[in-house]
Amino acid sequence: MKFIKNIVDKIKPTFSEGGKLVAFHSLFDAIETFLFVPNETAKNGTHIHDAIDTKRSMFTVVVALLPAMLFGMWNVGYQHFVAIGQEVSFFEEFAFGLLSVLPTLLVAYVVGLGIEIIVAQVKKEEVAEGFFVTGFLIPMIVPVDTPLWMTAAATAFAVIFAKEVFGGTGYNIFNVALITRAFLFFAYPTAMSGDQVWVRTRDAFWWGAGSPVDGFSGATPLGQLATATEATPAFSDTLGQAANFWDAFIGWIPGSVGETSTLAILLGGALLIATGVASWKIMLSVFAGGAFTALLFNAFGPESAIANLPWYEHLVLGGFAFGAVFMATDPVTAARTEVGKWIYGFLIGVVAIVVRVLNPGYPEGMMLAILLMNIFGCFIDWCVVQNNIKKRIKRVKQIK
Amino acid sequence: MTNVIKIKRGLNIDIAGAPAPVLASMNQSTLVAISPDDFNGIVPKVLVKEGEKVKAGTPIFLDKKHPELKIVAPVSGTIEEVARGERRKLLYISIRRDVVVDYENFEKLNLEASREELHKAILNVGFGAFIKQHPYDVVANPDFAPKAIFVSGFDSAPLAPDSNFVVKGQGSELQAGLKLLAKLTDGKVYFSIAKNAAPELKMMQGVEINVFDGAHPAGNVGVQINKLNPINKGEVVWTMNLQDVIALGRFVNKGIVDFTKFVALTGPEVYSPCYFKTIVGTNIQPMVAGNVYKENKLRYISGNVLSGTKVCENGYLRAFDSQITVIQEGDEADELIGWLTPRFNKFSASLSYPWQRFAKFCKCKFDFDARVLGGRRAIIMSGEYDKVFPMDIMPEQLIKAMIAKNLEQMEALGAYEVAPEDFALCEFVCTSKMELQSIVREALDYMRKELE
Repeated sequence: MKFIKNIVDKIKPTFSEGGKLVAFHSLFDAIETFLFVPNETAKNGTHIHDAIDTKRSMFTVVVALLPAMLFGMWNVGYQHFVAIGQEVSFFEEFAFGLLSVLPTLLVAYVVGLGIEIIVAQVKKEEVAEGFFVTGFLIPMIVPVDTPLWMTAAATAFAVIFAKEVFGGTGYNIFNVALITRAFLFFAYPTAMSGDQVWVRTRDAFWWGAGSPVDGFSGATPLGQLATATEATPAFSDTLGQAANFWDAFIGWIPGSVGETSTLAILLGGALLIATGVASWKIMLSVFAGGAFTALLFNAFGPESAIANLPWYEHLVLGGFAFGAVFMATDPVTAARTEVGKWIYGFLIGVVAIVVRVLNPGYPEGMMLAILLMNIFGCFIDWCVVQNNIKKRIKRVKQIK
Repeated sequence: MTNVIKIKRGLNIDIAGAPAPVLASMNQSTLVAISPDDFNGIVPKVLVKEGEKVKAGTPIFLDKKHPELKIVAPVSGTIEEVARGERRKLLYISIRRDVVVDYENFEKLNLEASREELHKAILNVGFGAFIKQHPYDVVANPDFAPKAIFVSGFDSAPLAPDSNFVVKGQGSELQAGLKLLAKLTDGKVYFSIAKNAAPELKMMQGVEINVFDGAHPAGNVGVQINKLNPINKGEVVWTMNLQDVIALGRFVNKGIVDFTKFVALTGPEVYSPCYFKTIVGTNIQPMVAGNVYKENKLRYISGNVLSGTKVCENGYLRAFDSQITVIQEGDEADELIGWLTPRFNKFSASLSYPWQRFAKFCKCKFDFDARVLGGRRAIIMSGEYDKVFPMDIMPEQLIKAMIAKNLEQMEALGAYEVAPEDFALCEFVCTSKMELQSIVREALDYMRKELE
């Protein structure tokens, strides 16, 4: 420990004002504060501080994402080997998924953090930790076969235009990871939807090549439901065999890397709620809003497969659970008042199901629902705050 | 029966070093100093010169805008130094005290006199400067009549002196002070006490007594105002500290200005935390010398750890404080990847360091030092402040209006009701390490300049 500190102290002048490598000051500072808690003491105000800081809370989110990420990696490998008709061990499946997902993760981090560090250097600020989570989210919400250059372009677009132009972490209106996905979706729709992108049939680093077996279908359950010709809400797995609620809950179905397993997502959600990092009010109300709307469509909706899908299956399919637990709860872009959180979450659930059911061209409504409500989050807060202000004005009137 | 008000939102910080109910003897310091910085809102005009003789009760400076607001010498002696800083800003006036205190002779108060006369009399002997007002949390402007006067009968801040100990044997002085305050307003005098208040406190007459039950900041007068008689635009409320009311009562009873008070020496770095009987503005050196752990670099705080002022080892007790806290500075800690480790010894209101919740069972001790423990960021987490802010005010939105210097919005969101100390716990728990108390102080000063 002393040893590392000595190295850091020794090279510090090189990166400080007047040093040779001052252009890399932000990078050095980010690494230094990563390694050592800053020794800076309170100048005025409270003399002691809570141990919590942004690094800790962002790290908690990444830990919460781990179950879904690990399951997602295994599922990528599992789907692949099912599709090419090979039977391999659990570890080979996981290794294949790891090799398939890791490049996207690295690209997201390198591009995003690179931009963040450059901006911090120019603005002479510290590197904020927001991208620590965003970079982890990006590979989880895109199809496994998204080309890396697309991921890089989308990440750069999102970090610059959804975050830095607004002032950086804490000032953004839209969820940065979702903007990345939205950019990909609208700029390269063929790479982001259809039947071919969800299951990797090609190799990963020259390993595991093969060709799809007969009966293979790479469509996600929601994709199948959206294009179904009959009104019965049934979906099947990669080989065309009927799948049910539990398959979707556990998550061995095709889909974006991190979104398939509701079980793993709920594990992460439990950690977020236990540590208080994310709002349970938002999570709960998203699920409530989704279930409520699905029930309405069951009763009064059009005669289509997706409208007849039971509410509990809506909640475990597609990105609904992932969005509810990890995306809607982003504190910066969500509603910030306690009452506002209930309304915000509920409306996300409602809009997501409405988009799913009424828009046949686009079977996944969660991304658009959250982005839409990101805009309205501020408005919901405004209404709640006005209510508090009105109470105060009323108090004055009572006295007079 | 007295009304009990439950305070549900708040936080008691589990820090070691609460004062034992023991009065320790001490050699009184030879120097006593008063700083105009403690009296928020006044512009000082110095009345004495170095080397001049003063008695206890002689005015040493006054407010330029309201010359009737005087700050008097708490002891008799010789003016040692009129310290000035940049642009001749008055820093403090120090007095070398006499061995035997020589009190200025004042006429004994006639309690039957009119309100104006009584107010004038207490302004004349320097108590006006110890009355604060909400809005703006400044020394009360003598031109405005208060709609009510609030005295908090307990201090809920970390390691704060225990009112039951402080008031013991001084019940009649407190009662006299409260009675006088009651004559200064058309409204009520609200005297709020803790659940465990001693009978002496419960028996006060001529005031409305409410019990506040809950964690800090239940004892903050701002919270009590918000719960009992909230301030609206155009209204003024006066507040006074418990021990200053006792000093006021002493003046009523004896006709002398005697600012003797009990001061608690507290904090994890103090050998034996205890009480001292000393005076406003005393040098802290005789109290802390030989009574603190010297292994580590220390930080001496006049006041509590949340809203006190950093002073040096031989600094002075600030005028409104009755507590000294000593903690580690911690600027040489070099904690490796602290944010990643469990940190069993760190206190946090957040459940990502859950140890605080188990403290009752495992008797954990938490280490505190003055480090900020993180980088300063924009506000990210939501709902954090609400958990420790018990007023009917939206703290985060108010802070944002204050940062934006949006007067209309500040007014609408209740800025008249708050003092910087009310945001101390919010500042403590803030993940983004925002300096909320400074933000509130600046915003209130700005507001006062624009609106008053």
